Amino acid sequence: MRSVLTIAGRQFRSYFNGPVAYIVICIILLTLGFFFWKTFFLFGRASAREMFRWLGLILVFSLPALTMGLLAEEKRTGTIELLITMPVTEAQVIVGKFLGVLGLYGVLLALTISYPLSISTLGDLDWGPVWSGYLALLLQGSAVLAIGLMASSWTSNQLIALFVALTLSVLFWVLDKFLALLPTNAASALQWLSFDYHFQSMARGVIDLRDVLFFVSVVVFALAVAFRALESRRWS
Amino acid sequence: MSDVMIDARDLTKHYGRVAALRNASFQVNRGEVVGFLGPNGAGKTTTMKILTCFIAPSGGTAQVGGVDIFDDPLAVRELIGYLPESTPLYTEMLVLEYLQFAGKMRGLRGAGLEARLRQVVEETSLGEVLGKSIGELSKGFRQRVGLAQALIHEPPVLILDEPMSGLDPNQASEIRELIRDIGRERTVILSTHNLAEVRLTCGRVLIISQGQLVADDTPDELAARAGKPRFIATVKQNGHSSSEIREVFSLIGDAASVKEQSGGAPGELKVEVVPEGNQDLRAEIFRAAVSAELVLLGLEQRGENLEDIFRQLTTGNGGASS
Ligand SMILES: Nc1ncnc2c1ncn2[C@@H]1O[C@H](COP(=O)(O)OP(=O)(O)OP(=O)(O)O)[C@@H](O)[C@H]1O
Ligand SMILES: [Mg+2]
Repeated sequence: MRSVLTIAGRQFRSYFNGPVAYIVICIILLTLGFFFWKTFFLFGRASAREMFRWLGLILVFSLPALTMGLLAEEKRTGTIELLITMPVTEAQVIVGKFLGVLGLYGVLLALTISYPLSISTLGDLDWGPVWSGYLALLLQGSAVLAIGLMASSWTSNQLIALFVALTLSVLFWVLDKFLALLPTNAASALQWLSFDYHFQSMARGVIDLRDVLFFVSVVVFALAVAFRALESRRWS
Repeated sequence: MSDVMIDARDLTKHYGRVAALRNASFQVNRGEVVGFLGPNGAGKTTTMKILTCFIAPSGGTAQVGGVDIFDDPLAVRELIGYLPESTPLYTEMLVLEYLQFAGKMRGLRGAGLEARLRQVVEETSLGEVLGKSIGELSKGFRQRVGLAQALIHEPPVLILDEPMSGLDPNQASEIRELIRDIGRERTVILSTHNLAEVRLTCGRVLIISQGQLVADDTPDELAARAGKPRFIATVKQNGHSSSEIREVFSLIGDAASVKEQSGGAPGELKVEVVPEGNQDLRAEIFRAAVSAELVLLGLEQRGENLEDIFRQLTTGNGGASS
């Protein structure tokens, strides 16, 4: 467990030595602010619904930039060799990496709290949906990050990892947008796999255990695949 | 733990259809510094990656400190300090930060970590760059950071892939000293292309070629196998003919053969003198030149011929060229 935290801590701190994390955080906060204040002034509503709607989408597009290098860059530069030959298991490396980027994401989410806080000073804000919205953000974000880590485990090229992660997470996000074109059975199956379907129901303030479990299983699955990919190096 | 710290048995590794390593077996004891020698692509790095459990062999197995690499890779890695080829480090980290990270990964904490840090920083002379980021360091300093992280947990086994590359001569001799020191109580395997290096640092040499172990001996024994030393004298011609000059040196008692060598500058003559046995003829050559009033411009010993044996062992045609 200590090694996991050491790896996570190193990963987390390394984000602040390069530009990517700052750029991603700035883009997210700025676009969010734009949509957020637009709706606030247009409709004069004190609600965080808008913020969550947009944030869900922005994250799908921006988080893969944080995960692309997690393993790909270590493989390209060879640092993975020193990391793995320390007394750690592949599973500890994967979980450590995941927690490291999750920590950065947590910081990012904490920064967005300023938006609902500022609304609450301007009008009467119902905090219930805000907290469930944050839970939804945390869960969907974790899923996108885990998928990004998985993509990063497949290649030693960051850009390929970015592209694969973007494709996969956008795919999971748009799944429920074309349901009308499909037969009902297929539609409900696809809907169930869609990130946004689970996300929106939580962002409305309804915490359903099934939605939580959905995201958790995506995370577990993606991390397990990344573990296999990292381990397969031994036998190649 | 017995005294055999590394016991490799029939290690074989295939990368696809390439056989990088074929049935390599060797043992290294506690208190030994072993040099791993071989041309590019011979399988040195592959062997080290197997011993550190970064990759698994396709056949055979190895034990480090009595622990099998298949049974308990984690325990094996705990015993080893590893410097991979080309020293891959996190370039965005500060040197101190990085060494702290390496120490923590090795289970060191608090005062214990501090003490070890201080010691390895001193051993590898990193004091002045502790606050620099690794990406800014010169190759040699990076190499030292790589060594420092390998030493941080006082591992009983050190595996160093080309540890001397990029070090300046002063630093190289300090590191050599350090490695020899460590090798007195512990076990070191290092790979290198530098034959002189092996003589200076290692008590034993493993020569590997095309994935196969072709020699396992002390440097001196290997040199003895290589045959006689040769001496190359460069003489100012001053109007003397080549045969006159060769005559002078063939009068030396222990000289078995005297040949003119190509490659002398204009007005100079290079002569190769081979002794009967293993004698050092440098003093005799000097005296002979002086008494014949020849101007000796240079005298070198193409000595131990480790190069030659290396070439013979690692080229398919037996190195007939030398
Ligand atoms: N990941 C890999 N995939 C395919 N072939 C590989 C791989 N790694 C090494 N090889 C091959 O295995 C053989 C042995 O390589 P290795 O790196 O062990 O040589 P080496 O003795 O360390 O050489 P050098 O002195 O150049 O460092 C080479 O033919 C190399 O091309
Ligand atoms: Mg090598």
